[in-house]
Amino acid sequence: MSVLVQQLINGFFIGSVYGLFAIGYTLVFGVLDILNLAHAAVFTLGGLTALWLVATGGLSIWVAFPLAVLFSGALGLLLDRIAFAPLRRRAASNLSGLISSIAMAIIFESAALGIFGARTVRFPQGLLVNRVWHFESVTVTSLQVEIVLSALVLMLALTACLRYTRTGKAIRAVAESERTARLLGINVDGVIAVTFFVSSALGGAAGILYGLYFDALAPDMGRSIELKGLAVIILGGMGSIPGAILGGIAFGLSEVLTVALTGTSNLRDAVAFSVLLVILILRPTGLLGRGRVREA
Amino acid sequence: MAFLSQFFAVYGSLVNFIGINALLALSLYVTLSAGQLSLGNAAFAGIGAYTAGILTMRFHMPYAISVAAGAGLAAVIALLIGLPVLRIRGIFLAMATLAFGEVVRIAAVNLDITGGAQGLVGIPNKTTTCTIYGVLAATAYFLAVLRGSKVGWSLAAIREDETAAMALGINTARYKTLAFVLGAFIAGIAGAIYAHLNFIITPGEFGFSAAVQLLIYNIVGGMQSVYGPMLGAFILTALPEVLRGVSLSAGPLRLGINGVILLLVILYLPNGLISFLKGPNRVSRI
Repeated sequence: MSVLVQQLINGFFIGSVYGLFAIGYTLVFGVLDILNLAHAAVFTLGGLTALWLVATGGLSIWVAFPLAVLFSGALGLLLDRIAFAPLRRRAASNLSGLISSIAMAIIFESAALGIFGARTVRFPQGLLVNRVWHFESVTVTSLQVEIVLSALVLMLALTACLRYTRTGKAIRAVAESERTARLLGINVDGVIAVTFFVSSALGGAAGILYGLYFDALAPDMGRSIELKGLAVIILGGMGSIPGAILGGIAFGLSEVLTVALTGTSNLRDAVAFSVLLVILILRPTGLLGRGRVREA
Repeated sequence: MAFLSQFFAVYGSLVNFIGINALLALSLYVTLSAGQLSLGNAAFAGIGAYTAGILTMRFHMPYAISVAAGAGLAAVIALLIGLPVLRIRGIFLAMATLAFGEVVRIAAVNLDITGGAQGLVGIPNKTTTCTIYGVLAATAYFLAVLRGSKVGWSLAAIREDETAAMALGINTARYKTLAFVLGAFIAGIAGAIYAHLNFIITPGEFGFSAAVQLLIYNIVGGMQSVYGPMLGAFILTALPEVLRGVSLSAGPLRLGINGVILLLVILYLPNGLISFLKGPNRVSRI
């Protein structure tokens, strides 16, 4: 029993990182209807940059974290400028955006390989004071708590911004209808740039937390979370932020439960992707998605 | 003649891989020509490769029967998966086929008969360069004929506007399924041929990156004619060798150049490199 509780807790922690990562996907999709496949590369670069700041720059993680998050956000701006803005001017189809994001993902990944090398690297020992709490036979580490708290704070801040601030309202207006937003005097290109900044900053933050949690960073670490992130936003509903959070946690729980129930880790992803396939067929809008199905 | 045999000794495997990649690119081209973005074709190639490899190794089937069975099974699975999946469109279809591809890859990792993560080892080498290019030529010819037929025009109508095509009385569900199954069949042939060329096949070869690679061949080459995807496969498969020739062998840089080519094509040449050869044409919708 306690093994199961322990597994559920672990699933909850990793699920909150998935959720944070998936918010970036869903935010860009909600505003632009574009699937940004370079998001996983930003996730990787965010994590590796934080590591570089700590290991080579000698900074404390508390300084390196916000710096690396800002850097990830800047990558998002770059991404928008190079890969998406020219296509918007041409009014190209959304699939062109998908493909140019694949191109940027390849470029970012090769940059990560070139700069940081292909090795798997770790954060230095003793970076964070890691306390361990025992409740009965269940173990929770302070790292886990810090990760889930950071993820929750970032998610809540984003939700509040979207709901109450002027920029947030502008983002939602553009998501609803780009043309109407433009008629209302909203600077649509600026709003899209902000969206990319926020989305990529959150992706980079997820990369750092993921790196801290598993204590391993590599240029191809984005590969596995890329597909999981897609699964999460479909589960939660494309464009829905609460959906991405709940979807992330549900996905994390389903992973650990599959391992706990089958006794092996081999089938972990198979169950998740089978669920995804079934959801797409039965309810393409996801669990919390908007009513109509968008066409690409 | 001496030059030719020397060329083949050095570049023989490259020539073979270009042919197989071109065949794979054509398999996705069929599906794309109906406007359906499938990321499952790498998985269909995997189904063809594993089926053919297992039939040859375990059951000592003749080469032709193994290849046909591999392609046939890929087509049957495409039919089963296509009936429900093709109701969804655009990016959602891409993701559903992606999820299907992952399920196939994970199945190949976990089953005993496929050899698990180590892959299927020791498949007899029965594929010749002639086989590859014979199949490629036949496929390209068939697709070119198909393009000019009623079926081809129906697929184009669906790609341009599915609702309008339906209003014209085109049975869109049937044609979309046809394009999907035909694409899977060709991918299955390519996979089966590849299995008998390479001695070993592993699940990772048929994953997400492979599926994306097929899409890149089509985009870089262009989808205006059957030559585009083949051109894309040729250029991107040969490029690493060419770059090695000018002593650019560093891995990251080579990967980066692939990305830059793709980006430049999608931004400035929406009809692909083939439009250099054919002159300006109407803008493709993808």
